[in-house]
Amino acid sequence: MGLARLKDRAALVAPEIGALPVAQTAASQVVQLKPRNPASPAQRLRKAAAAVMVVVVPPLITLALILLIWQLAFSKPNASLPSPLVVWREAGDLILQPFYWAGSQDIGLGWRVLTSLQRVVVGFGLAAVVGILVGALIGQSVWATRGLDPIFQVLRTVPPLAWLPISLAGFRDASPSAIFVIFITAIWPIIINTAVGIRNIPQDYRNVAAVLRLNSVEFFFKVMLPSAAPYIFTGLRIGVGLSWLAIVAAEMLTGGVGIGFFIWDAWNSSKLPDIVVALLYIGFVGFVLDRLVAALGNVVTRGTAAS
Amino acid sequence: MTKSYLKLDHIDKSFQRADTRTEVLKDISLGIDKGEYVSIIGHSGCGKSTLLNIIAGLTPVTSGAVLLEDREVSSPGPERAVVFQNHSLLPWLSVYENVSLAVNKVFGSQKSRTERDEWIRHNLALVHMTHALDKRPSEISGGMKQRVGIARALAMEPKILLLDEPFGALDALTRAHLQDSVMEIHSRLKNTMIMITHDVDEAVLLSDRIVMMTNGPAATIGEVLDIQLERPRKRLEMAHDAAYIRYRAAVLEFLYARHKAPATAA
Repeated sequence: MGLARLKDRAALVAPEIGALPVAQTAASQVVQLKPRNPASPAQRLRKAAAAVMVVVVPPLITLALILLIWQLAFSKPNASLPSPLVVWREAGDLILQPFYWAGSQDIGLGWRVLTSLQRVVVGFGLAAVVGILVGALIGQSVWATRGLDPIFQVLRTVPPLAWLPISLAGFRDASPSAIFVIFITAIWPIIINTAVGIRNIPQDYRNVAAVLRLNSVEFFFKVMLPSAAPYIFTGLRIGVGLSWLAIVAAEMLTGGVGIGFFIWDAWNSSKLPDIVVALLYIGFVGFVLDRLVAALGNVVTRGTAAS
Repeated sequence: MTKSYLKLDHIDKSFQRADTRTEVLKDISLGIDKGEYVSIIGHSGCGKSTLLNIIAGLTPVTSGAVLLEDREVSSPGPERAVVFQNHSLLPWLSVYENVSLAVNKVFGSQKSRTERDEWIRHNLALVHMTHALDKRPSEISGGMKQRVGIARALAMEPKILLLDEPFGALDALTRAHLQDSVMEIHSRLKNTMIMITHDVDEAVLLSDRIVMMTNGPAATIGEVLDIQLERPRKRLEMAHDAAYIRYRAAVLEFLYARHKAPATAA
């Protein structure tokens, strides 16, 4: 069934690729005859469609190839991993109904992802606030750098999960422990990038602030943050990616409702197709998180680059 | 001393790096009157920018003092506003916001919101920049950026306006245009101005006095030249004015005959 759908898709794609050069020649002919005539809406639509195709078609083809190879590799009756067709047959409902609710543990993957995201929002939000403040301190003060930087350099190499037992012991509850693991994972790149950004504030801006006698709060909000924003957002973007890596691992161990625990649960009940679907969810959400922070960064840092 | 609005009193400045001590400025003493336009000229590396930074309070002195109205000043403040060489506008703020940052900080408690808004627009009008209030620095030309930098400094209503090679990075035509603007502003507002420059014509055209610095290390004031030309000065008339030509020759003589640039200087 999945393969049939794929074939349909390939069939859909093929004529559109074929149509591309036709659209271009038609447009160039019109330009030659009437140079000042703007393109008609239909032509513009065709051009826009062509632009979309250029972006959409190559990944679709790659995806089709991957699925095909996967299907061929695991299509034997006693294969160790499920093939795409098996995944679709046994876990298709997970894809089609992300938000069904039938009891506390029998819920759609959308709900599980939202639960995990909620933890990420809290943990990452805390990491962003604390990380930017600590990073500003380190970037601004030589003594803070000397005192804190070596310790941070050691702590940041500790893998996220290694923090979990300690935080479970400290918080005596799964949910705050998971949030703490996200916090401690995401904070290091935010601190380090913020510090670099602060250190790179041009002396000119500092001179302007000095002549105006800006106090440290004014300097922080009016000069430091906007000037270091591109660096800070690089840190935030790395941090949100690490958060998402950490939450899945942490939830596998702490249990509860999140997407990480779902994978562990599926493994224990030998539902490999469910795991495959969960992986797709995780990848997709991680991608969206990364793009969201990047887009936010683009909006906030607009015009920040010195000229 | 008569000239005592701003007084530089035996200023020495040396930089210490590891075991080597570089003496940059040695025994600089100078008095400047209220409303005077003083240029400081010298070859690259003679420490003239360091001197300006000392007056601004951005660089501490090694010994000696800067006195403004008989009070020692040792930290930066808006009463000694600086027009920086590379404009130093904050790129994430619009033209209006760059000036309002200064105005809100300096006059936040004294002027109402509407008064501040008027004051910002007034100062931007002085430098003919009201057409680009909402533009960001990256969207305007180098000369316009420098105009906004001047407006920002003027808007602080400084006792002394410090200009650090304000036109150095501009092309000749834009530079002439801005020099005229500064002359006009000076004649209208009677500010006390100190300008660092390496352009002889600029110094003679704009200044009441030219302070000529010897070469470093341990640079000091070599000579002070009074420029007694009638104001307003017109660039074209000056080109043929005998006195102007004489002053110009005097400065050139100092810079290129008696105090040639050291071979190492670029």
